[in-house]
Amino acid sequence: MSTLHTVNKSPFEKNSLDTCLNYAGSGANVLLIEDGIYAALKGTRFEQRVKTALDSVKVFVLGPDLNARGFSEERVIEGISVVDYAGFVDLAAENAKVQAWL
Amino acid sequence: MSETIKNFLYLNRRAPYGTIYAWEALEVVLIGAAFDQDVSLAFVDDGVYQLTKGHDTAGIGMKNFSPTFAALGDYEVKKIFIEQESLEERGLTLDDLQHLVWEDEDEDYAEKDSIKLVSRAEMASIMDASDVVFSF
Repeated sequence: MSTLHTVNKSPFEKNSLDTCLNYAGSGANVLLIEDGIYAALKGTRFEQRVKTALDSVKVFVLGPDLNARGFSEERVIEGISVVDYAGFVDLAAENAKVQAWL
Repeated sequence: MSETIKNFLYLNRRAPYGTIYAWEALEVVLIGAAFDQDVSLAFVDDGVYQLTKGHDTAGIGMKNFSPTFAALGDYEVKKIFIEQESLEERGLTLDDLQHLVWEDEDEDYAEKDSIKLVSRAEMASIMDASDVVFSF
């Protein structure tokens, strides 16, 4: 079973996402939550970094955190799945463990 | 009694909701507005995310404080500077942000834009020209 990595910091403010992606193994799951959701948006300075990561890991973003910040699914990079809290729980249950990048 | 009016600059560099900085800054601005000072707001780095339109916080169980920005004009806060470079590296344009206005009493309460888009160099001058900078 694989690992669920959660990232809750903006990529512009901390290097949590970058470090997470450096360590996340092939087949890992990465869930962007809270201020981490900004990495899921199209057109940012980090878009290419995230797109490249999609070749080896699955990336998810928490919908309620997107909506709170004024963004909807159409602003999200293709290949990233939007999940709700129930989806977060499923991911946590399906993976062997959860590793949080703060 | 004569009072000195100072130029206060509130510098916002944090995204909303993930931390309390954005909300606290807004609270301080509203309190400060009661003291008849010359107030400006600056939004740089992740601070520009505070002003995006359409916040819906129902799903995260937090207060949506973004409508409060629209009230700033009523508190005589009418100088809101947004840094162009910060928008660009986030793939945002002014269209993604709230349209904030203030009413000019001297011109029959005509609505005027509060937001001014500035370059990083211009923002540096704005900071330089301020008497006091409050950082959030």
